[in-house]
Amino acid sequence: MSINFSDSAPPRDGNEGAFGEGIRLRGDKLSFARELREVSRTEFRHCLQCRSCSGGCHFVEAMDLGPSKVLRLLQLGLEQWALENSTIWICVGCHTCDGNCPMAIDIPAVMDFLRQKALQRNVPVPEPDILNFHREVLGSIARYGRTHKLEIMLRYKVRTGAWFEDLDAGLRMLAKRKLDLLPSTVRSREIVQRIVHTPGQGS
Amino acid sequence: MTQKTSSTREIAFFPGCTLATSAKENYQSLASFCERMGYILRELPDWNCCGTSSAHSIHEEAAFHLPARNLALAPREGTLLVACPSCSLRLKQTQHRLLSDSRERSRFESSWGTPPPDKLEILPFLAFLARLDLSPFFAEAGGSALHALRFAPYYGCMLARPASLPGQPSPSGVMESVLERLGAKSCRWSHATRCCGTFLAAARPDIVTPRINAMMEAAAHSGAECIVTACSMCHFSLELRATRRQQMPVFHFAELLAMAAGIPGPQNWFKRHLVDPVPLLRRKELIV
Repeated sequence: MSINFSDSAPPRDGNEGAFGEGIRLRGDKLSFARELREVSRTEFRHCLQCRSCSGGCHFVEAMDLGPSKVLRLLQLGLEQWALENSTIWICVGCHTCDGNCPMAIDIPAVMDFLRQKALQRNVPVPEPDILNFHREVLGSIARYGRTHKLEIMLRYKVRTGAWFEDLDAGLRMLAKRKLDLLPSTVRSREIVQRIVHTPGQGS
Repeated sequence: MTQKTSSTREIAFFPGCTLATSAKENYQSLASFCERMGYILRELPDWNCCGTSSAHSIHEEAAFHLPARNLALAPREGTLLVACPSCSLRLKQTQHRLLSDSRERSRFESSWGTPPPDKLEILPFLAFLARLDLSPFFAEAGGSALHALRFAPYYGCMLARPASLPGQPSPSGVMESVLERLGAKSCRWSHATRCCGTFLAAARPDIVTPRINAMMEAAAHSGAECIVTACSMCHFSLELRATRRQQMPVFHFAELLAMAAGIPGPQNWFKRHLVDPVPLLRRKELIV
């Protein structure tokens, strides 16, 4: 890739890379990049590939790519690959990466966008358990206005069919009354329900 | 210091789902300690879940509106004390977005019939504590309330600096400086700001367990006898997913504060821990 630092860079046409001459996205790829920048409110094109994000990520070994590679895929316009990986699902949004980022890119916001785009486009999700868990949490919020951990765990077990996995952890929590039998609820449940049921990508 | 000082005042409080349910012991210790410091916590009426990781992960609309409803219920100005670092971040991010985006502002106003509380200060517990004059508390508790208890301070993502919220004050060192005044000894270790895994502790324990064990290993290696957390969700992940034979107790920061203040209740709170901290405290002669 040639990067032009000179003052005589060609005039910008709204399709510019970071430095005039560079990677140019066109057509669908360009509109994807624009939507990503608008929704995430951050500038993924500023990524220098220094890999501070992946270097500091606590879960990078469990990911297929890691955050820096996902950003690179986006810069290269390889959006399908950026939507099909496990990285976007394993990321918990702990903000270690963007705290480390010398360009202050809000990487968790990019991940949020990619996950929701993947659902919108019905891309196969390589981490179905994580998606199922999120759906159970949102369902619980819709029902009670707050999360009801016992029900989330039980319904999650039904969804994944893994009844006996992790049984020990569940029993320990029950024994210590960590899992309440009844939910803590809000009075205006229908308002919260309406919020969760507004059309969103993953509902 | 007397049980109730003349300067007792109320402060709006957002507990979040974890304190309301699985970490009730943290709610009780935090509320009783704040009361001793002269602050009565007033729960935000009818508050709802901030949306947690799941809303921002897969439902952008809910991730905005769930914290927004809480902001609509919050006082127009003054302070909102937030116990959970994660809820605090969600609320702050939403407030920031409402301040900086006129479209979102009008969306908020038409939904809730009130402008967003621009002047409200959303304050996580550690930041709140850092501002209090704790000298009467230290004087009464004495310098040996937590004598020689060696702890690893665990901040989790509390110390992360999100790119979307520049200039956040860092609560780094608050737990160490307060607990050391009470006679405890902080241990420097490598994992103080490592993420606990949050929802992965439930959805992918196979990923979280080895990481939590490595964290426990590092804490033990630093000479710590226990870990002190600033976040109830971290507390939950650490206790639930550690599978080392040598289990290490994990305290909520507020539990140790309340214990040092001589507030009744710690023994009941400790009964709710998955790893019983009582033997350690007995060994250190900190409780009978």
